[in-house]
Amino acid sequence: MIQVTGLTRRYGDALAVAEVTFHVEAGQVLALVGGSGAGKTTTLKMINRLVEPDAGHVVVEGRDAASLEPHALRRSIGYVFQGIGLFPHMTVAENVALPLRLAGWGRGRIDARVAELLVLVGLDPSLAGRFPAALSGGEQQRVGVARALAPSPRVMLLDEPFGALDPLTRDRLQRSFDGLRRTLGLTAVFVTHDMAEALVLADRIGVMRGGRLVQVGTPAELARSPADEGVAGLLDTPRRLAHLVASRLEGRS
Amino acid sequence: MSEQLAHLPEYLSAHVRLTLAALATGILLAVPAGVVVSRLHALETPVLALASVIQTVPALALLAMMVPLLSGLGLPGIGTLPAFLALVLYSLLPIVRNTVTGLHGVDPPVLEAARGLGMTRNERLLHVELPLALPVIVAGVRTATVWTVGMATLSTPIGAPSLGNYIFGGLQTRNTAAIVTGCVAAALLALGLDGVVRAVAASLADRRRGLLAAAGAGLLALAGWAWAAAPRAEGASDRPPILIGAKTFTEQYVLAEILAGTVQARTGRPTRTLASLGSTVAFDALRRGEIDVYVDYTGTLWATVMGRKGPGGSRRDVEADVRRWLIDQAGVTLAASLGFENAYCFAVRRDTAARLGLRTLDDLARHARDLSLASDYEFFGREEWRAVAAAYGLAFRARRTMDPSLLYQAIAAGQVDAITAYSSDGRIEALGLVTLEDERRAIPPYDAVVLAGRRLVREAPNVLAALRDLDGAIDVATMRALNRLVDEEGRTPAAAAGIFLRGRPHRAAPSGARPGG
Repeated sequence: MIQVTGLTRRYGDALAVAEVTFHVEAGQVLALVGGSGAGKTTTLKMINRLVEPDAGHVVVEGRDAASLEPHALRRSIGYVFQGIGLFPHMTVAENVALPLRLAGWGRGRIDARVAELLVLVGLDPSLAGRFPAALSGGEQQRVGVARALAPSPRVMLLDEPFGALDPLTRDRLQRSFDGLRRTLGLTAVFVTHDMAEALVLADRIGVMRGGRLVQVGTPAELARSPADEGVAGLLDTPRRLAHLVASRLEGRS
Repeated sequence: MSEQLAHLPEYLSAHVRLTLAALATGILLAVPAGVVVSRLHALETPVLALASVIQTVPALALLAMMVPLLSGLGLPGIGTLPAFLALVLYSLLPIVRNTVTGLHGVDPPVLEAARGLGMTRNERLLHVELPLALPVIVAGVRTATVWTVGMATLSTPIGAPSLGNYIFGGLQTRNTAAIVTGCVAAALLALGLDGVVRAVAASLADRRRGLLAAAGAGLLALAGWAWAAAPRAEGASDRPPILIGAKTFTEQYVLAEILAGTVQARTGRPTRTLASLGSTVAFDALRRGEIDVYVDYTGTLWATVMGRKGPGGSRRDVEADVRRWLIDQAGVTLAASLGFENAYCFAVRRDTAARLGLRTLDDLARHARDLSLASDYEFFGREEWRAVAAAYGLAFRARRTMDPSLLYQAIAAGQVDAITAYSSDGRIEALGLVTLEDERRAIPPYDAVVLAGRRLVREAPNVLAALRDLDGAIDVATMRALNRLVDEEGRTPAAAAGIFLRGRPHRAAPSGARPGG
């Protein structure tokens, strides 16, 4: 469904992304995990050409991304932004409707689809007329997801979608997204620095460091044979944290 | 006051037409220019620098520059066109600058979101960037609106009627009611238009259709009224109005009314007055056919227009020289010599004259080092000043330039010791000033002469005949009295002219034209 081969991007002398290759099967979710500056977001943005690669190929749904008009490519791929990226001068309904307006849908069809999407992402329909500034962070991100899903894309890219949310909201949204992608059969790549989130949501995990993809595999594969100490340490973090939390809650030490 | 208000529809509608046309053009040019500049980074610095340079030119100077510029291009150099162009230029900077600032100020994540959703460049501009930059752009439009309304008052001296006619006319004729009327009307118009722009912006931002409709309707009503009130091409084309010019001082306003009254009474032709023209603007306008007739002074023409130097001889010699030169070099006919001189003369207070024993310019030259002299905007730049300063060796302690209407106030209040007065000015007598003899005849004579343009001479012989009959009709005592009626007694120029015209027998008037004659 998504095939990435030898993706490379430089910023001046700095190599942001080097020779990254992976693929995502239809209906699967891949998480790109790594620290700041590891090249995760740049890799993600090269898939829909928000960043143009210096070398390498991207094939999405059997089409070479480089052969399409950038805006046409982006319209076929849902995108959820790190900073949420809602348009402050448009209401919730207008934000969600925008991709449909760009696609030339009629007014009646748009209204029906927007109502359906708000329910789908778990938003109260009474929020439709509000402006983004009047919503909570969690509600804003649900609007962002609804907007990305509006034209029914089969492929989605998510850039730290839940990073800025409080833990309870994040938990609810993670579960909500997990349900959605299974119901809709979405193929997705999402970027996170949180290994626990990757383990919960992804079918496969790619670990990035210094612009390189160090290892790709299922959680079990990574746990069984980590490529190096870094990967092992990264995988171990949630487990150690869980142990610590459990022992604290039980009153030991 | 009611006399002032009678002109309000004419001046206000002209002001509104000029302002709205300039602003609409300014917005249509500046917003796209701002968009282009914000995208082509290389253009940003030069374009904004150019707009800033235009802005640093004083408004009045920018307007004045349009006159020779347009004339050089063969376009009408006086009237509405130069005023319109100057106002458009002036309105560009705030709108271009704010458009660029507004577009640059759009949050980068929002722009990336727009790209990520697959919006094209134009879709991003239309749906995201312009709506988000709108408040900043509107702030620029509001600045331009207030500037344009204010600056339009300055277009009066280049021949575009506006609320400035009240202000310039009022300043020259010491008519406070006129000045206040002009200022209040301009301020209210600025506030009103600013309110409309604000309402349009607010209605767009808050989706208030009713408010948008109301603001739009208000604007349309104002524009509709202003254009409906525009002067028609006065009926049939065989009788276009005679265009009469006047420079920016009382005597000129009175004489323009006298010319208008004479032409109307003797020929029945309609007239239109372009008041408060700059001094050389008036002559150029006549030469180019933009006005038909106005009154100038032989010495001014001789020194400033013809560029002659040195003593010019007697009144008769100078007038003959001017008459010949005008017809040969400029195609302008000297139709009549009114019969009085309005010469530059040096005047001091009676007590100053007595204390220093001043009678002639030679006396003045001996004491000049201790005295200050004030004059109008032109004099120190004119040939006459160089001639008189050289002839008498005049060197003053200080020289000041001010509006002619304020010279008399300044000398009466003791703020200056001497002024250059105008010999036909009623205030010389009223204030008891002493004028000093020019025994060396360094200053040329300044006979008031009626100048007629080519078209009038060719197409309206009856008008020319009526003007010729003004030859010798006004002596200096009469002119001083008329000037004094306006300057000291608060009458309007039209009222003063009316008194003169009623007292004057219509020598060649068609019988029955005057009931009870």
